[in-house]
Amino acid sequence: MEDKIIIKDLNLYFDTHHVLKSINLNIKANEILSIIGPANSGKTSFLRTLNRLNDITSAVKISGEILLDGMDIYKKGISLPWLRRKVGMVFALPVPLPRSIFENIVYGPRLNGVTSKDRLEELVEKTLKSAFLWDEVKDRLHTSGTKLSGGQQQRLCIARSLALEPEVILLDEPCSGLDPLSTSKIEEALYELKKQYTIVLVTNNTKQAARVGDNVAFFLMGDMIEYGSSEHIFTVPNDKRTEDYITGRFG
Amino acid sequence: MLKPIFWEQVMKKILFVGTAITVFILFFIIFYILKNGLAVVDMEFLLSSPKDFGRAGGIFPCIVGTIVLSLVAIIIATPLGVGTSIYLSEYTRESKLTSIIRFGTDCLAGIPSIIFGLFGFVLFVVYLGLGWSILSGGLTIAFMILPTIIRTSEEAIKSVPDYYREVSLSLGGTKWQTIVKVVLPSALPGIVTGIILGVARSIEETAIVIFTAGSVLRIPTSLFDSCRTMSVHFYILAREGISMENAYGTATILIITILLINAFAYWLMHRLMAKYS
Repeated sequence: MEDKIIIKDLNLYFDTHHVLKSINLNIKANEILSIIGPANSGKTSFLRTLNRLNDITSAVKISGEILLDGMDIYKKGISLPWLRRKVGMVFALPVPLPRSIFENIVYGPRLNGVTSKDRLEELVEKTLKSAFLWDEVKDRLHTSGTKLSGGQQQRLCIARSLALEPEVILLDEPCSGLDPLSTSKIEEALYELKKQYTIVLVTNNTKQAARVGDNVAFFLMGDMIEYGSSEHIFTVPNDKRTEDYITGRFG
Repeated sequence: MLKPIFWEQVMKKILFVGTAITVFILFFIIFYILKNGLAVVDMEFLLSSPKDFGRAGGIFPCIVGTIVLSLVAIIIATPLGVGTSIYLSEYTRESKLTSIIRFGTDCLAGIPSIIFGLFGFVLFVVYLGLGWSILSGGLTIAFMILPTIIRTSEEAIKSVPDYYREVSLSLGGTKWQTIVKVVLPSALPGIVTGIILGVARSIEETAIVIFTAGSVLRIPTSLFDSCRTMSVHFYILAREGISMENAYGTATILIITILLINAFAYWLMHRLMAKYS
């Protein structure tokens, strides 16, 4: 498979704090890459370099290159709204905007100038079906998104990011606050979604990484310790620290 | 040594007495003014012009003057104040400069209104040649209420959780789209409260009006006319001993206006909160 995203020698600093240290990583098209590691290992910061969401925090310094389809996303003149439409994101906490389910999903397309009612309705139905939420909410699309259950809210957030028709989807511990049933629904959705999208999944749950990830990267204190296929990492890891982490000896 | 339980009882009583005194004073003032004023208030008083310098007749021109002057002030102060607060909270990072600006607005809030009045008199009435007019008065009052609007709007904007901004940005929104579609709607209840506080302050303002808008007892027909507000009318009636009855009548209408505005503010705030959260 071809590489969707190529990361070359990526370093990230918050003030003087060196958060990511010389990361080199290729993310293949239509795979699910899981990123695992203990707290403060730089997983989330890494994810947020891919859609440049770190840029809104003050005092961020970045060096290295991130190539999306061969184009450096940190090059001068890159439009951030354009980049973020190509690289969608789902956050750890499900955050529906305080508006209806329908309005949550069409928020992004509307900003992008889509006004046709038919087109918007089509997007809502399509994305809610992809996120396995359509059957549960199709009769109440105009009720508030904040009234859904936690698991439904998170699937709504996934649908909302799909509505931009991105190429890459970043998920930051999307199941951290959810029960096992909601988690399995989201994993099911991810499994279908990877046929069309490239998915980067940060997770605290090593079992989840083993279940859905094609490849796995293990981060520790800002270093990428090991990268490989799920089977390889979860059966015969090369590095002692990876083994310690996945067998629960620390983290 | 006295037991903690004793102090618990004593402090509870002291705090209760303090609260009771506050509430008592508030109700006493309102009761006293209404008792003396309600007697002269009727439709005639509200809708007719004063006769004999206010000894007889109504206060209609003062009601018009109050409304127009506050309106001008709020129309000038709202975009300036809300704009400043958006700039400070969304477009700047915390720095020396922003803390100096904040310190400046806080100081501005503490300046006595009579100083603003003098400043408005020198700048607008004399130097810019606007004379005693609604425009001079409105501009000066706008400056006085700016800090209130800036600070309340800024607090409201800051209390909008960052994750709303991140969601909007991550969905391809620009900063301005994010502010208009997500931040301002969520901050609206707080911003509206600030604006209404500003309205209330401009209605009760007296010193500035005397210095910059004058006290002509006629219904104003343009922004360059002088006008008299209810507060100024009350001051002149009472101070020059023209008519205490009509002074209390004016005060009654003034207090009722402020109560209505506050009630409206509460109602609006709850409605907006229900709508946007």
